[in-house]
Amino acid sequence: MTEVVETPSASEDEGLAERPADEPVPRAPWWKILVAFAILVAAYFTLQIAFDFLRDEDANRFLIAAVAIVIGVAGVFALFWAMNQIVDWLPSRLRENVRPYVFIGPALVLLSVFLVYPVINTIVLSFKDARSKDFVGFENYEFVFTDESMLRSIRNTALWIIVVPAVAVTVGLVFATLADRLRRGEAVAKSMIFMPMAISFVGAAVTFRLIYSYRPEGFGTNIGLLNGIWGGLGNEPVPWLSETPWNNFFLMVIMIWIQTGFAMVVLSAAIKAIPVELIEAARIDGASELQVFFKVIVPSIAPTIVVVTTYMVINALKVFDIVFVMGNAQSNETEVIAERMINWFFIANHDGRAAAIAVVLFLAVIPVMIWNVRQFREQEQTR
Amino acid sequence: MTLAAPAPGVDLDADAARPKPDTVGVREGGWFVRVVILAVVVFWLIPVVGVLVTSFRPEANVDSSGWWTVFAHPFRAGEWTLDNYSQALDAQGFENALLNSMAVAIPATTIPITIAAFAAYAFSWMHFPGRDALFVLVVGLLVVPLQMALIPILRLYVGGGQLWGVHVFPDLNLNGTFLGVWLAHAAFGLPLAVYLLRTFIGSLPSSIIESAKIDGADDFTIFWRLVIPLSVPALAAFAIFQFLWVWNDLLVAYVFLGGTQENRVITIALANLVGSRGENWHLLTSAAFLSMILPLIVFFSLQRYFVRGLTAGSVKG
Repeated sequence: MTEVVETPSASEDEGLAERPADEPVPRAPWWKILVAFAILVAAYFTLQIAFDFLRDEDANRFLIAAVAIVIGVAGVFALFWAMNQIVDWLPSRLRENVRPYVFIGPALVLLSVFLVYPVINTIVLSFKDARSKDFVGFENYEFVFTDESMLRSIRNTALWIIVVPAVAVTVGLVFATLADRLRRGEAVAKSMIFMPMAISFVGAAVTFRLIYSYRPEGFGTNIGLLNGIWGGLGNEPVPWLSETPWNNFFLMVIMIWIQTGFAMVVLSAAIKAIPVELIEAARIDGASELQVFFKVIVPSIAPTIVVVTTYMVINALKVFDIVFVMGNAQSNETEVIAERMINWFFIANHDGRAAAIAVVLFLAVIPVMIWNVRQFREQEQTR
Repeated sequence: MTLAAPAPGVDLDADAARPKPDTVGVREGGWFVRVVILAVVVFWLIPVVGVLVTSFRPEANVDSSGWWTVFAHPFRAGEWTLDNYSQALDAQGFENALLNSMAVAIPATTIPITIAAFAAYAFSWMHFPGRDALFVLVVGLLVVPLQMALIPILRLYVGGGQLWGVHVFPDLNLNGTFLGVWLAHAAFGLPLAVYLLRTFIGSLPSSIIESAKIDGADDFTIFWRLVIPLSVPALAAFAIFQFLWVWNDLLVAYVFLGGTQENRVITIALANLVGSRGENWHLLTSAAFLSMILPLIVFFSLQRYFVRGLTAGSVKG
């Protein structure tokens, strides 16, 4: 950092007058380097103290949260600033060769430690036993594709990735098309459908547990809405969440409830981008409203439908929270792949099997994801 | 300033984007359209209304009658109470959980954004060998699902990392610490953040950056004084997406922070409550609503950015 550009008015002419552009940038003044080093050293000790404080169980939680937030927010920027100061101290020839790596360095380090290495490690672990001591060949994969509960989880996940995107996209598309014809209140109606998107899967799961709530005869009134309606029609209360195989669909309803709004908002924007003349021309040619929908609107927004659908397929593939919170998946036969993985990792403590399940999930996600990113990029370029 | 939404101009309040029915184009819907829309909206709102109503009813009432019965006599004395909330906040430790969620979510949002913005600037405006290959590699990591990374990272946190008997990753004992969760969330959010911010920062007019360089500004100054202020829309969109993602996350917090009374975040506290007191609906509903307040505020106040962030986030792995 040089004296010339300390102020935001860096691009004004005074800078030019003082130093021609082709001269090498002068070294930073010595005191700045001292400050940079002092900050690094001080940062190290502050962090030590701060982390000890954060681990202190007796400390005031408000203070802990405040300290955590300050460190987390200010820490990264201080890191970049200090590294940049140190680069300024290098000989000018080296300086600009090193600087890019200071900028991308932290990202690359984080990604290597937290994503690249884990992928390799997980693949290796998937060929080892429960405690990752000895290699066991394909035993874990054999387990994944033969165990009764695992097979059920694969079947259920397959159901999830078909039903959830299909229903959510269909409802979203119909709602977007109809809302487009409202004279007033379109925005309000759309935000109501979209609102569940802000709610966590856990919160949504609790919300729907209330709806599906069931109490057997003699254990009090049934306060769940579904049994309230069902009972009002003169039926015996039903334990919805343990009614196999239908309970799977009751869980899917939760994800559909959350994600339809997303499909609707994106599709609605696409519908509004269709040229009005196109729709008018079809009408003048005598097309009915249904024909306009299927022959003009749907084909025009087909690329957007594909992007939204693939996004939902990926989300459904990785669904975990809903099933995890809604009760005993194994006895209810509502297992899904991602939930099995956590089950084998945390509850059954079999790292080999958990790793193998993760690899299977990875292999299932890759093609959808590549397709998704490619579609996404194409859409960006055509805009 | 369209960041990276799959469709142009995605806005909830995009009513002005096209002439309304009474002018040209779309035929206005009759009563059928209005009834269908109203039915769907009501259907979508019922679950939340149920939670909200139940959370304000006294325990005895919650237990003895369905929440919808309250509408028969909404103003009768003793129908409403705030006790459930004070019980959830104090006795069930939800106050702690809310603070922890803040302490996790705010840094877990700012850390990846800062790191990604620096990287995105370097990928757009600095020249160094291997630039394009590295960028493709970073974006390629979008395909890695979270589940793939959990076991190895937890092992690094608990015991450090060894390569051929040499300690290459120190045993930092990060498990159950905020730092551990921040780093994990930051790393999982990075590929998307770098990708989106590079798209945005790379599309800034090169004349601005060139002229600043001619004036003698170094890269750090250009980045901090010029690029960051210009990129606020993209940064805000990603920030909201990441914040809500972290706030609503159960998996990463469950694995790396655990469920102890001191450490747990709000989603874990809520999930635990379901496990331990799954029939205490007066507590469950007030706790659930506590967990929803912040995201709902973000949603209703920052809807425009929110939509952009979400649509942009639709490629997150």
